[in-house]
Amino acid sequence: MTALLQHPGYEEERLQRVAEQLPCREVQAGLLLSLMGQPQQYSYPSIFIYGHRASGKSHVIYQTVGHYSSSLQLPHATVSCVECVSVALLFEQVLLSFFGCDAASLLPRSPSLSDFVRIYKQQCSQSPAKQTRYIVMEKAELLRDTDANLLPALLRLQELVEDNITVILLSEIAWDKFRPNTGCFEPLLLHFPDYSKGELQQILSQDRHPSYSAELYSSYINILLGVFYSVCRDLRELRHLAALNFSKFCEPLAEGKVKETDTHKLWRNIEPHLKKAMQTVYLREVSSLQWEQMQQMEEKETGALRGLSAHTHVELPYYSKFLLIAAYLASYNPARTDKRFFLKHHGKIRKTNFLKKNEKTSNHLLGPKPFPLDRLLAIFYSVVDSRVAPTASIFSQISSLVTLQLLTQVSHDDQLDAPKYKCAVSMDFICAISRTVNFDIVKYLYDFL
Amino acid sequence: MSTSSVSKGCFVFKPSAKKKKTLSLVDYFTDGCEGAENSEVRFKLCQDLWDKIKADTEVLQDELNRKILDSFLIHFVCLAFPVSSVGVNVPDHDMTFQSLSELLQQSVTPHVASVQAKECGALKHLMKRVLERLMDTVVTVDDEEEEGEEAEQTDLKALKVLSSLCVFRNSSTGTPGKKRSSPAKDEQQQPPVVIIFKDLEAFNPRVLQDFILICSRYIERLPLMFIFGIATAPSTIQHMLPHSVSSLLCIELFQSLSCTQHLATVIDKLILTPKFPFKLNGKAMQVLISIFLYHDFSVRNFIKGIQLALLEHFHSQPLSVLCCRKKEALLHMTQLSHRDVERIRQLLSFKRYVEKQEQQEQVNLLKDDNHLKEVCQRLIKDLNKYHKNYYPVLRCLHTLTSSLPRYPLGKQIRELHLICLEKNVWENEDYQTAMKLLRMLAKDELITLLQRCAETLQSVKSKKMKNALVQLEELLTKFKQLDTVETAPTVEESFTSPVKNLQKKTDLFQLQKTLLEMNETRRSKKLSPFEVLRNEALDFIDGLVRSYLSPPESQTLNEVCYYSSSATVRRHLNATPRTSIQAALSSPYYYLQTEDGSVSNAAPDICIAYKLHLECGRLINLYDWLEAYATVVSAAEGNDPDSDNFGKVDEVKHARFIQAVSELEFLGFIKSTKQKTDHVARLTWGGC
Repeated sequence: MTALLQHPGYEEERLQRVAEQLPCREVQAGLLLSLMGQPQQYSYPSIFIYGHRASGKSHVIYQTVGHYSSSLQLPHATVSCVECVSVALLFEQVLLSFFGCDAASLLPRSPSLSDFVRIYKQQCSQSPAKQTRYIVMEKAELLRDTDANLLPALLRLQELVEDNITVILLSEIAWDKFRPNTGCFEPLLLHFPDYSKGELQQILSQDRHPSYSAELYSSYINILLGVFYSVCRDLRELRHLAALNFSKFCEPLAEGKVKETDTHKLWRNIEPHLKKAMQTVYLREVSSLQWEQMQQMEEKETGALRGLSAHTHVELPYYSKFLLIAAYLASYNPARTDKRFFLKHHGKIRKTNFLKKNEKTSNHLLGPKPFPLDRLLAIFYSVVDSRVAPTASIFSQISSLVTLQLLTQVSHDDQLDAPKYKCAVSMDFICAISRTVNFDIVKYLYDFL
Repeated sequence: MSTSSVSKGCFVFKPSAKKKKTLSLVDYFTDGCEGAENSEVRFKLCQDLWDKIKADTEVLQDELNRKILDSFLIHFVCLAFPVSSVGVNVPDHDMTFQSLSELLQQSVTPHVASVQAKECGALKHLMKRVLERLMDTVVTVDDEEEEGEEAEQTDLKALKVLSSLCVFRNSSTGTPGKKRSSPAKDEQQQPPVVIIFKDLEAFNPRVLQDFILICSRYIERLPLMFIFGIATAPSTIQHMLPHSVSSLLCIELFQSLSCTQHLATVIDKLILTPKFPFKLNGKAMQVLISIFLYHDFSVRNFIKGIQLALLEHFHSQPLSVLCCRKKEALLHMTQLSHRDVERIRQLLSFKRYVEKQEQQEQVNLLKDDNHLKEVCQRLIKDLNKYHKNYYPVLRCLHTLTSSLPRYPLGKQIRELHLICLEKNVWENEDYQTAMKLLRMLAKDELITLLQRCAETLQSVKSKKMKNALVQLEELLTKFKQLDTVETAPTVEESFTSPVKNLQKKTDLFQLQKTLLEMNETRRSKKLSPFEVLRNEALDFIDGLVRSYLSPPESQTLNEVCYYSSSATVRRHLNATPRTSIQAALSSPYYYLQTEDGSVSNAAPDICIAYKLHLECGRLINLYDWLEAYATVVSAAEGNDPDSDNFGKVDEVKHARFIQAVSELEFLGFIKSTKQKTDHVARLTWGGC
């Protein structure tokens, strides 16, 4: 397979080492190498690489272009677009890695693109490129939010600075979503497809435990993939899961109950644990240490799995609970029906009288609606069982609820007069809250009339 | 302390000496204080007492925090730290994090930075704050970064921040210059950089995501650790961060003590102890507790409330000079002036005491100051003894009743305490039910409860409690002997059971009679030895309760120690802006300090407009309102009602009226409406 990675201009040995580091990505690496050509040759101005998370984009680039000791070590600058809150940082980063600190300090305050090009040219004339220089931009999708001229300029930077330079853009989003409406130079597109099940198996089997045989580990991975492949194909997540559960898998081996070859017994042992782990896949709610502790706890006492999601109990002061209930009612009941719910002598009005044509759908399906502060307070005073003085602390509790993100303020912060809110909690949550204060919320909800 | 800001204000005007600063505090205290002559003594007492309380609460706080922090330090790979106390408005949160970061700095790493959401609106602000905090903690300062304070430059610097963090770390550990070349061995010894996010919910998710993404790029060179403070549920992390970000974290959860438990410990250590002579009476206590439970869940505010009550007590009660430890109190008693002695005579509890005495004694008490002082010394001692006995007995009663079904006397000891403060607890209906339930307890349950009571009594030094302990232990041994000495068989019931008779007769009268008889026999049925002993034990407990749990109001001189003005506490801690505005508008003389209470020309225009608008319905016609206003103002100015000009609207009145109306609109009493032209809508009801 390594035969694929042959290219004139690079040392055979180095290529070999690189190839070893890139399982299941030989095709893409080979393609990339042939695009890059020999080190001293001019390369294509810009290459756009896209593929899902954990499909090996950055890994391949780092292995080929540079970054690692085993890689080909070509002149390059790596920039993560998350870090570049302003273009200045981007330019500085690039100049710094190609020409050192002195060049970077030449940049004026808040530099423009032309400043960058000017300084680059100036530096380039002093130290011309012997090999192709590469700029690797990670998370390139963020470039769309910067100045409109940046992305088109980067795509044809080779022309602008008249140097042997190639910009490699890495992104999880396809190129179609990038193309500016004014048109631009089209980069070469390179797609990294997802790993197949077999490839995942091959890659995961590589990080085997040193004290166990490779066959055992690979059978473990096989079991793991059998359980998780249907819900999760993310290499990183799978790797995390594999590390998390391997000690459990080895337990009978360490105790000497089962031999390594007895895969069936091992499977019987690990299956329930994997099923449990399935409930928390992607959540990453506990560290591996806590996960182990939880596993031990469960062996002692039978109980439901407790992760982050199990700690849903929220402590609130008494009036805050009622404020939240009132907010929920205000968000999910039409304002017309307040009379029906909160007046003592509302008379018998059936639901059909209230129904408007467009309101046949459940309000819960439509989501919370904004309501003004005075409606919230009116409902609050009629819902709470005792007489409450309108004290300052009632109002501060409302803002407290907003900071806790149980309510959200819809109107602008500056609007002091009649602010509007929305209730941001779920039905289950509010039911739990109202149970603690003995309030039957369902009776007051229009949808459940 | 909260008063320090006030004293600073003083300091500005008199910049002469430090002495002034402390003096001014006393001056503030003396100013407008009842019985000014001994105010300085009282101020000192008050301050001492507060210092003690403060020190105690701090110790308590530390203990409570220690528990979480210890587990925290053991793991220390953590990233999440949920603190379930409500409200970013609440200062408790801050305290916890303060002690947390201090502890971390002491024992783990010098590099701790804590940030709040409100100071980190954008990524670069967050970066800047983090760097500033980290730099401040260490002496070596990267000069370039410090200059970067200016707004223009911060823009450039955001990225440099992290790389400079690496430099900074290296320089602080003594290996300057090299960024990447530090070997793995070195890496382990280096302490991690801890960043505390105090209020995770309030952070902008975007900023947080970017920050974590950037940090993850530097994690190899820089051991970073985040601590998130979460006030709601831990699942907030998943709501805020997408999987791509949260998978970069290794999360561990820590749960802090719930605030109600926290309050229980504070009450246990601060209130239910004879250590502090200052006490709150039932109503004041109730106000503080309900503010806690209904409004803020903040223990810190609760303690602030106690501080306020303390200050008010020493400020307004001249006899509070006696509110200190026994020895000092006796000393102060001998030094009381004649005026203070008169004040004692005025006390309600003392009057009651005098009435109970004999004729001659009454005369002596009322005439002879020295005699009164002697008697009062004895009374003060009695009060002290009362406190010493009250709390252990309260705890005993709580131990017995707290596990009863449906908690007739409350689940928490504070509820029982409130009941006892209110009136004689044994007259309470719930107490009767509790006793009835206790008389039905099974043997082993009762024994464990009584044993726990004995344990609480053991630590008490008072003589009476020691006696009680001896009696209780005797009872316990008797209970245990019951096991060994098997009781003699109960006497057989000699007469034939009336049940059999019942089946024969169907006469209504007879039936009633037999039923009554049956009832009688059941009651007079001989009790088993255990039941006898159980009754004895409970009678003993009942006796304890009756002799020691009488409410403080019944004690002579209780006014010295008990603060009773619940209204003041409520007014200060639970402000009602609307009520105050309405009070100000309807009776402006209260604020303007004029005697006349009626609407007159002394009343501001807005008050006149307010009073007039109270008489209107939901919609107010502006023109009618103006007419009425003009009439009232004319009358107030003393114009002749018969003259032509009376009640005429001139330009000045018109302008004054418009101003008053717009002020009312600003205060939220009316608003403009489109329902009717030239009308405004009224927004408040009642409160006339």
